[in-house]
Amino acid sequence: MAILIDRNTRVLTQGITGKTGMFHTRLCREYAFGNECFVGGVTPGKGGQDFEGVPIFDSVAEARRETGANASVIYVPPPYAAAAIDEAVAAGIELVICITEGIPVRDMIQTRYRMRGKSTLLVGPNCPGVITPGQLKIGIMPGHIHQPGPIGVVSRSGTLTYEAVGQLRELGLGQSSCVGIGGDPVNGMKHLDVMQRFNDDPATEAVIMVGEIGGSDEEICARWIKEHMTKPVVGFIAGMTAPPGKRMGHAGAIISGGQGTAQEKLATMEECGIKITRNPAEMGRTLQAMLNG
Amino acid sequence: MLLQRFGVAVPRGFPCFTVSEAVAAGQQLGAGVRVVKAQIHAGGRGKGGGVKVVRTDAELEDAARRMMGMQLVTHQTGPQGQTVRRLLVEEGADIRQELYIGMVVDRTTQQVALMGSAAGGMDIEDVAARHPEKIHTVQTDPGQGLLPTQAEVLARQIEVPEFLVPQARDLMLGLYRAFVESDASLAEINPMAVTGDGRILALDAKFNFDDNAAFRHSEWQDWRDFDEEDPNEIAASRHGLSYISLDGNIGCLVNGAGLAMATMDIVKLYGGNPANFLDVGGGATTEKVTEAFKLMLSNPEVQAILVNIFGGIMKCDVIAEGVVAAARQVHLTVPLVVRLEGTNVALGKQILAESGLPILSAANMDDAAAQVVAAARR
Repeated sequence: MAILIDRNTRVLTQGITGKTGMFHTRLCREYAFGNECFVGGVTPGKGGQDFEGVPIFDSVAEARRETGANASVIYVPPPYAAAAIDEAVAAGIELVICITEGIPVRDMIQTRYRMRGKSTLLVGPNCPGVITPGQLKIGIMPGHIHQPGPIGVVSRSGTLTYEAVGQLRELGLGQSSCVGIGGDPVNGMKHLDVMQRFNDDPATEAVIMVGEIGGSDEEICARWIKEHMTKPVVGFIAGMTAPPGKRMGHAGAIISGGQGTAQEKLATMEECGIKITRNPAEMGRTLQAMLNG
Repeated sequence: MLLQRFGVAVPRGFPCFTVSEAVAAGQQLGAGVRVVKAQIHAGGRGKGGGVKVVRTDAELEDAARRMMGMQLVTHQTGPQGQTVRRLLVEEGADIRQELYIGMVVDRTTQQVALMGSAAGGMDIEDVAARHPEKIHTVQTDPGQGLLPTQAEVLARQIEVPEFLVPQARDLMLGLYRAFVESDASLAEINPMAVTGDGRILALDAKFNFDDNAAFRHSEWQDWRDFDEEDPNEIAASRHGLSYISLDGNIGCLVNGAGLAMATMDIVKLYGGNPANFLDVGGGATTEKVTEAFKLMLSNPEVQAILVNIFGGIMKCDVIAEGVVAAARQVHLTVPLVVRLEGTNVALGKQILAESGLPILSAANMDDAAAQVVAAARR
């Protein structure tokens, strides 16, 4: 078991003929069961061709009909990426993972509005993707640092997720699934949505939750954890030293109007029973100590 | 100007770049009450001494002379303030009420939220902190936009006189259209004035825009005032780097925004002080790393540099070659601590070791922070 994806997931790459789409489709197919799982690609106007044996279709609807795909990953450039999400949702894809960075917030507001009442789950945009180690990787994370095991990881940032995974690996702790939800202010799944799935997943025994400054998603998740979570959670928030009013790389990582500081988030998380660490090098050890204690 | 295009009423006024232009503008507006405003890209200008109401030409000239070239410090400029290079001279309005109207993207509801308060004028942030009940919020449906009835309800909540409710409603509808069409992330009209002659006027406004939408707004280039921006931050954005100056002495070069923030945090945890936030992004090339080094070293405060790279798709040997090339090109004179992790890490460390450069190699983030803080103290 795992969350969101496993070896039975069937994936389309939207934007498969772009440089990024080709590069990462190749790497994902080389990882574990990726070769069986990646069943098609979509690039309008290039239907009928193939990418290294993966058939290309003109539309997501056609690709889904022909391949039975239930997930898609998007590498389409920012001006067209929100429309690519819309297309996948309209075609009834169950899980859409949008890697694209730099989509205008206004476009995402409209796309999220159109997704209301639809069952499609969106991960991202501006995220590394999702991996279930030993089974399937959908996204741009380095597969080889992961190993199967009982720890769930959910994070708003890319390389900081790899840092957490790297620390777990040093300690011999594998991962059930790792989900990068992305750093944009308007996005799909939040910490809370992922946490609920980890709680329900028998293969997950504990979770590392990595957040950053800006917004209140971590606080919302923390309050849910206090009431409902049956498994231990370790938390870290990046940006203790970030100055207010400055956007720290991610569009969503900004302290504004005194809201969304790391101190505030950590305090709420601690109150809600999450074992927090202020040292990013201690995420793995904090979790290990918790499991042993 | 943006607001006028969307039908929002603003006072008559002229932008001025010299004191004599300001005097001429004041005379053109005619005798009577006029207002001189410092034009910098930050809020809180009233509180900082950047807004002056004048009654005579002599007062106007005096105010313009004081303001032009001053370092205006507000709670949004940082302690060093911003130099005033442009003034706005406006007709004075007979202000009876000062109200507040603001608009932001609400991350939780994923909609644009409109906020209003009867307590407008200079202290809206205090109002938000002390009397949140005095701020009224309206959620807009992304499909329908702001509805006229919603705007009318808000106008009454913030105590707009009944006969002016339609004017206030139209101002809010105009602001909403301006917000959406210009890809704003924040818009504020503060104060929105009710005048003695029965008008609703936007006396001052502030907009922030979504950088991600720059590709469809070529006009933004004309609005920017590069004199006000940190030259290093401008240079960084030209090279696809995300750089923010801070006041410490340890330069940090990291891939990924979250890891970059975490690196600053751990430097601080070990008693050091980061000189900057610098995210070289996912696809750092030798050129990018070289530019990043130049940026960090252009800050004379920097006493040591920490490079923290988790090479995923980006291989550590490629990064190491970039670091070595960059260090040679910029004739590095401060200690350099490098922490590499990820793909081809052994090869990467070998390249650093064999470079002949005095690079301190770190095993993990703890080790890296301890080493760079010690190096910066020496």
